[in-house]
Amino acid sequence: MAAEDLPSEFDVVILGTGLAESVVAAAFSRVGQRVLHVDRRSYYAANWASFTFNGLLTWIQEHHEESQPEEAQDWSSLLEEGEELIYLSSDPASISNVQAFCFTSEEDEEEEASSPDPPNTTEEETGGANEDVVKETSETESADLKEEETKEKPEERADGAEKEQRFTALNDGKSTVQTDVFRPITQASKTDGKEPGADQPTASAAQSQSEPAKKKISYAQLVKEGRRFNIDLVSKLLYSRGSLVDLLIKSNVSRYAEFKNVTRILTYRHGKVEQVPCSRADVFASRQLSVVEKRKLMRFLTSCVEETEEQRAYNGRPYLEFLCDQQLGDNLQHFLLHSIAMVTEDTPTEEGLSSTRHFLRCLGRYGNTPFLFPVYGLGEIPQCFCRMCAVFGGIYCLRHSVSCLVVDKTTNRCKAVVDSQGQRISCSHFVVEEGSVGTDWKMVTSPPRFLSRAVLITDGSILPSDSDQQVSMVTVPPIAAGCPAVKMVELCSSTMTCMPGTYLVHLTCQSVGSAYEDLSPVVTKLFRTPESHDQENCPSVLWCLYFNMTDSSGLEVEGHHLPSNVFVCSGPDGSLGHEHAIKQAELIFQKILPEEDFCPPAPNPEDIIYDGDNNSSSMGGEENGGAGEEENDGAGEEEEEKKEVLEENDGEEEKKEVVEEEEQSLQTEGIRLQPLETGSGSVGGSDSCSPPAGSQISRRDAVQTPEQHTASTHNPQRESASCMMGN
Amino acid sequence: MHGRVKIKSTAQQEEEKRKEREKKLKIYVAARDACFSKRKEGVWDDEALQLTQQLLSSNPDFATLWNYRREILMHIETVKDEDEVQKVYEAELSFLESCLKVNPKSYGSWHHRGWVSARLPRPDWARELSLCDRCLSLDDRNFHCWDYRRMVVKMSGVPVDQELSFTDRLIGSNFSNYSSWHYRSTLLPLLHPESPEPPSPCREPPHSSPPPSPQTHSHRVCEEQLLKEYELVQNAFFTDPNDQSAWFYYRWLLGRAEREEMISCVYVSRDEERVAVAFSRPVNAQSVGLLLVLDGQPQRVEWRSVHPRFKHSPVWICDLPPGTISDITNEHNLTVHWTEKHTHRDCALYTGRTESWCRDSATDQELFRSELSVEKTSVLQSELQSCNQLQELEPLNKWCLLTIILLMRALDPLGYEKETLAHFQTLKEVDSMRSAYYSDLCSKFMIENTILKMEYAEVRVFSISDKKLTTLCHLDQLLLVTHINLSSNQLQRLPPQFAMLQCLEVLEADNNSIENLEGVYHLPKLEEVLLKNNTLQPLASCPKLKRLDLRGNPVTQTANVEAELAELLPSVTDLLL
Repeated sequence: MAAEDLPSEFDVVILGTGLAESVVAAAFSRVGQRVLHVDRRSYYAANWASFTFNGLLTWIQEHHEESQPEEAQDWSSLLEEGEELIYLSSDPASISNVQAFCFTSEEDEEEEASSPDPPNTTEEETGGANEDVVKETSETESADLKEEETKEKPEERADGAEKEQRFTALNDGKSTVQTDVFRPITQASKTDGKEPGADQPTASAAQSQSEPAKKKISYAQLVKEGRRFNIDLVSKLLYSRGSLVDLLIKSNVSRYAEFKNVTRILTYRHGKVEQVPCSRADVFASRQLSVVEKRKLMRFLTSCVEETEEQRAYNGRPYLEFLCDQQLGDNLQHFLLHSIAMVTEDTPTEEGLSSTRHFLRCLGRYGNTPFLFPVYGLGEIPQCFCRMCAVFGGIYCLRHSVSCLVVDKTTNRCKAVVDSQGQRISCSHFVVEEGSVGTDWKMVTSPPRFLSRAVLITDGSILPSDSDQQVSMVTVPPIAAGCPAVKMVELCSSTMTCMPGTYLVHLTCQSVGSAYEDLSPVVTKLFRTPESHDQENCPSVLWCLYFNMTDSSGLEVEGHHLPSNVFVCSGPDGSLGHEHAIKQAELIFQKILPEEDFCPPAPNPEDIIYDGDNNSSSMGGEENGGAGEEENDGAGEEEEEKKEVLEENDGEEEKKEVVEEEEQSLQTEGIRLQPLETGSGSVGGSDSCSPPAGSQISRRDAVQTPEQHTASTHNPQRESASCMMGN
Repeated sequence: MHGRVKIKSTAQQEEEKRKEREKKLKIYVAARDACFSKRKEGVWDDEALQLTQQLLSSNPDFATLWNYRREILMHIETVKDEDEVQKVYEAELSFLESCLKVNPKSYGSWHHRGWVSARLPRPDWARELSLCDRCLSLDDRNFHCWDYRRMVVKMSGVPVDQELSFTDRLIGSNFSNYSSWHYRSTLLPLLHPESPEPPSPCREPPHSSPPPSPQTHSHRVCEEQLLKEYELVQNAFFTDPNDQSAWFYYRWLLGRAEREEMISCVYVSRDEERVAVAFSRPVNAQSVGLLLVLDGQPQRVEWRSVHPRFKHSPVWICDLPPGTISDITNEHNLTVHWTEKHTHRDCALYTGRTESWCRDSATDQELFRSELSVEKTSVLQSELQSCNQLQELEPLNKWCLLTIILLMRALDPLGYEKETLAHFQTLKEVDSMRSAYYSDLCSKFMIENTILKMEYAEVRVFSISDKKLTTLCHLDQLLLVTHINLSSNQLQRLPPQFAMLQCLEVLEADNNSIENLEGVYHLPKLEEVLLKNNTLQPLASCPKLKRLDLRGNPVTQTANVEAELAELLPSVTDLLL
């Protein structure tokens, strides 16, 4: 209907707003290409997205619902001579085995909470999970009704949460009434009837036993405070010298985001969680290591920065063997293998060493760990790139898809696309997310791989410390033979991903079974759930979600039978960093525009010239068109995005922002990444900011004079990106 | 077509920036001139305050303007009531904060802040402390901030234990921080002072002396805390043995013995009718109230140092009036009083003796342990063990080696001599830039050991040949030595301090690289000098010198050398050239 509002010709059309697609979009728009960026979803960032708690509940529901295959409309009327159509898949099934559980109060008990149905295997896709849901629905219908009756708090019904409420009720059932005392669930079910009365005394008695001061956060509170959550579908971290951070700095996209340091690296070992000393300050402060171990560890870390003959001799042999021969002792070996290199016992030495080096290179740039996490969640990152794309003229449409490609039969090139409105849009290149490409078109070389994910909302940190605002990266080595190694990230409320008083925990591993099978044993060991035993001191899980996601790291940009000017971006991969997506985006860009610079630094807003009325009216026109096109939430978001774009174009406005930043530079909490050559408009006060000089592990050899050493630490080196930390 | 963004070209940008700079400069100069003229006229109004603020916020290092501003503020103090003054000063503090953001190391801003804080009617010290914390978290070595913080702490009386945990925090985040370690060393003695037990008996001076002054012990820390500190600092140097800040703190922890201030030796010679006095530290005898009493009679004597170059010296001499002690059949009793320190030393010259002395030997005083410590031996022993452990892991770490040497010396200088020499050898190799320093230090330790050996043997012969000596020290300990053998070393000079060897008769210094004999002046008893194979140029003069071996020196090439020598050294009968 509003299709006329979209221009009919673009250089690049991109379907999907995942990380790689968004980077590609920004890169093209930045060098003056006309970009149309669409996503059939109502939110940005595809499988890289972050949701509020309520948003996530909706997302869960969507993945349980029977997806109605869209009627494949016949667009052959749009074809010209010598052309044919390729239909894109509109039902990407990259998410499967979605299961959510609620272990907190103010909901009824349900069987599933403690004895879940045999979890689905990875082979089963959403369809399989849906069957479960249907079954559950019938089982819990009566409970659901009762719940409706017992509801007392009016705010629960507010802001349209009813849908989520109902959904949760049917999906995961309700909390255990007594959260601290675990009794057989059958018993719990019996108490259901007298819940309103029985609830309070039992719960408070239990609380007075273990946590006298703390009142457990209820499900209703989670829903009420749902907007404070930003729950990522993927769980990754930014290596502070990784390709994403470099790209953010290089392209000036960093100005749209703020970051927090991961404050500590933890590991699970001998049944308890320990802190891994990785920086100089950590090693110094560690109480678990003897002084001799400290020296050995520091020496090992210093020595492995450069490649030596000794190391080369171990090429092809397991890293574990190399570590054993260094006579480091069990403690250090564990830390180095699982937490620093983050590899498995049979990883070859060269690979282990190179990931150790990467870890070490990243230390000390912004803090005492190698990692950064974006404030408000990882879903921010693709959006930042989209914003950059929009600033340079890219056009955005959510809830808008491409239904088929128009291919020239003779050249086998994609000439145009037909969007979901049936408009034919010519383009020179088409970039598409993997999920929209039907399996027929992919060159399948290896069996599909999956990631197992779990998201927990807990009421405490797994390793309480002086500060309750720690961001922790936790490595959990395989807890039994054949189990996967699990990477876990615990986020505190100051990352703006969860409400105060809670922690958001992400678990990720390569799938062996379903997400529930892979991860619930780890959850049970580390946290208090109805299934765990003797976990008095562990934080309780209030709510959790398990799901599997396709691991598309094996996919090649051109690994398909599609026309040669079509490029496929894979979804999230299982590694901790973002290297895969960034590499892929750069590769696509270079294939299309080999001569152009990839994401050159964006100019300062005050250096941008505006062509006057002409321009702004055309922008405005676009915006109206976009907004008028759809009337739902998605369009609202889009509008907001565009408004931001306009503000962005208003140089004056931006400048003011910069000035404000300057003034707050001593107080800012988050970290801003800054480019090396800070131009006139860059954030001031950077002179005062020195990197934590001591936290870099020095690669100087021991013979060098300590005087020189101090001299260099004494003059705080200017870092390529300075670190600004408050408190 | 989609409102493509155009970017200004660089030349255009440059031009704009240049113009902007010019404009700024014009405004700046005008404001500056206005300020100067106002100050000249003695105007202290709000406008001047505004103007200086404008200038200082762009250039906070303009000292004259800060001065002007202080004048204005002091004027305001006289005309406004306390509340208003408080407001003015608070505004001043927030203005200063913005200046510090421009330049966190501006002398002017920090000094002015100190001045304002001190004058503020109702100061908010907590706010100042948190400002310092923020600055230090950005740069933990900002010494301006450290200085200011010390002032704030002093003014607001922050409890010492709080300050100690502040250093804990800074050291925890980065232990390579001298300021924090040093601050710790000033706090610990206040918080955990050494218990007032009497010092170990061996340190008790043999002669009664006034109790140790409070300052002597003020910087010692009680043993319990000391052990905790050893642990902390060991964590630091095991983590990074190349970071010297921890090693320096460690040296401080190990301590440094305080030497008693005393007269360590009185020597009297009947022939020369001369008295020599040695002190435990260099003094200026002319001004410390030195009194010589001979047989109950105070003597008016002229004290002089052994070498005209020294105003301060550990050894002083005086000539007695002719004939006072020359009769060998008389017995004399001498007392030297150091009135300033209420200490004295007696010396008896018996009948038939030509000389006499009274002193504490180096062994009695445990003299050479003073470099490191007076801690209990067991503690030092365990410290040595952990350093040895580190040295096994880091055989080439110079700080570790040096600390081991010092610990060994504190424990048993003679017993560890061989290891010490080996460690010095390694040190010179791994830290060749400082090999001369290590040679000097090694020489010093070797001389100390030789003195100890001499003392144990109770002789007046000091022999230290072929030990690669590069320097001479502790010469005040050799006041009584009659024979010294320094041959086959690497000495380049006999320094002026050499003149402290007042009893020296024979000097052997063959096979060195001696160029300078400055110290061979005024040696009244010197009879024999052996200087074969050196690099001597000029000549010395000693009245009793009879035998002089100068073979193999450049001086022998000089024409008329024999005649000149004969004139300079009339009593030399045995001259080898």
